[in-house]
Amino acid sequence: MKKLSRWFGKNLIRIYMVLGFTYLFIPILYTIVFSFNDYIKSNLVWRGFTWHNWQTPCGVPNICSDLGNSLKIGLIATFVATILGTLIAFALGRYAFKGRPAVNTLIFLPMASPELVLGASLLTIFINLGFNLGFWTIVIAHVMFCISFVVVTVKARIASLDPRLEQAAMDLYANERETFRRITFPLVAPGIAGAALLAFSLSFDDFIITNFNSGTVETFPLFVYHNAERGLPAQANVIGSSMFLIALIIVLAGQIVSRKRKIA
Amino acid sequence: MADASTSAKGDLKLANVTKSFGEFTAVDDLSLVIPEGSFFALLGPSGCGKTTTLRMIAGLEVPTAGTIHVGNTDITDMRPYKRPVNTVFQNYALFPHLSIFENVAFGLRRRGIKDVKEQVDKVLNLVELPHLAERKPTQLSGGQQQRIAVARAIVNRPALLLLDEPLGALDLKLRRQMQIELKWIQTEVGLTFVHVTHDQEEAMTMADTIAVMNEGRIEQMGSPADLYDNPKTAFVANFLGQSNLIQGKIVDSDGDSHVVDLYGQKVSVLKRRTVAKDSSVLFGIRPEKLRIQPDSHDKPGNVLTGGKISDVSYIGVSTQYQVEMPWGQEIMVFEQNDDGVPPLDKGDEVRLSWEPIFSFALDGNEDATAGVDVEPEAE
Repeated sequence: MKKLSRWFGKNLIRIYMVLGFTYLFIPILYTIVFSFNDYIKSNLVWRGFTWHNWQTPCGVPNICSDLGNSLKIGLIATFVATILGTLIAFALGRYAFKGRPAVNTLIFLPMASPELVLGASLLTIFINLGFNLGFWTIVIAHVMFCISFVVVTVKARIASLDPRLEQAAMDLYANERETFRRITFPLVAPGIAGAALLAFSLSFDDFIITNFNSGTVETFPLFVYHNAERGLPAQANVIGSSMFLIALIIVLAGQIVSRKRKIA
Repeated sequence: MADASTSAKGDLKLANVTKSFGEFTAVDDLSLVIPEGSFFALLGPSGCGKTTTLRMIAGLEVPTAGTIHVGNTDITDMRPYKRPVNTVFQNYALFPHLSIFENVAFGLRRRGIKDVKEQVDKVLNLVELPHLAERKPTQLSGGQQQRIAVARAIVNRPALLLLDEPLGALDLKLRRQMQIELKWIQTEVGLTFVHVTHDQEEAMTMADTIAVMNEGRIEQMGSPADLYDNPKTAFVANFLGQSNLIQGKIVDSDGDSHVVDLYGQKVSVLKRRTVAKDSSVLFGIRPEKLRIQPDSHDKPGNVLTGGKISDVSYIGVSTQYQVEMPWGQEIMVFEQNDDGVPPLDKGDEVRLSWEPIFSFALDGNEDATAGVDVEPEAE
């Protein structure tokens, strides 16, 4: 008995870790496994292994055009939100101006507001302004909610930047523009890249706000939602698994590069 | 290029420089001249205005009033990148994303110099780290980073090199070594060094001239030996080394000496070593100048009797005594262990004596504890 409790004491953290990761990864594992399911109509019961779904990822009507919409919207929204958010972050991080504390607080509001409310409000605005709902209203909505995340991420990076580095550059004959180009920007760039990745995944993933403002345009999350009732094709799992694998490869590549840099 | 960053040469002159931050005056009407080629130290406790002074010379702060000149060039309002000044920052501020080579080459490249290799290699050799050229700053030890920070500044051959607490982050042993190296580099390259520090030993070791700063003003300026031997204020007496300051009164004059009454006992001090507005003085004597004997001994010179040892610390080369005087004050005595006589014991009755030329007298209206236990540098 005593032996057993000591064993538990020693391994508690390990057990906890295994349980935690199981909890986190079972849904992902399920998605990947069922992308190989030889399904008919509904992909809920395991019926046997097949490569067929992976060989015909576009074999279901609309799935790839919807994926294309999501990628396009994601890229445009990320591009715009990253530029605007980075500019705001520099303004907030580097310049003392009247109303800065207020802006610092307000920038959090879109993150804190319920998406349903944001989506519904945007819909009202678009209708009142006479916009045609569709691709560009989705882009506008996505840029809006991505900006806050970009600002917060980039601002954290700017805050951790030692102002003495910029002073040192100025001391070494670099004027303001050179200092920004050679020192400030390269040092903040990893934060901007991280913010862009975050913005893309938020945009690619979004269902609630998109659902309000999409009109007849369908994105990949909307496709999944619309088909879930009738039975989701395994091709959706194929695309989901691919996204997961791509993200994993990016993360691993990033770690390998940064480790190499440390050793070199 | 014929801009001030390369052409201005000569003495550094600060005239009536004041810097205020709102209500707070960090530097108060400061004037000083730092001769070309000298190693000058601004020494003072945290918040005395020394770093603000340095930042104004570098162009990172603009003075509220006053002017700064290098030779005949007015640099008061010049942007930092146009000044003939380079800085070794506290914590070095090496660019983390650039190699050591590119860090050192940074200033040369910004001035449009294409062929930097020869100059960079030369300065890396000077600081004895040529083999680290391709490394990144984070892969270097603190001492190596410090030397690279110096190399990055001196490669530009500025008229002035500013050092902001350059050794603060190093451990004691490394600090000693770097003190000697910096002094050597200064002699080697012949630039004017302005060194800001709160560490009196560091200032004394390296500088030709020290300005002791306190509350935005210069208390006293001079060579290390001059400041130590002839302090003009209680702050300098206490901040540079340690001093025993005893409240007294000038009661008589005898040739080139004053006779001073210290709680009923008469001692003397040279007139030229006396800074007093009236008869009230702070009589000063350094702990290592005092001799300590059992109270029965009779010794010529200045003597104070009736002391009682309240504490003894034996530290090898010397013994430190705390002696309680009849008027209640604790006097510190450092005695070299060079006479083979065993140290005295706690509770012994003693008398203190010294050569009259070693004592000094300050204005008696000053706070005798000024500069004692000032905060070490807040970082």
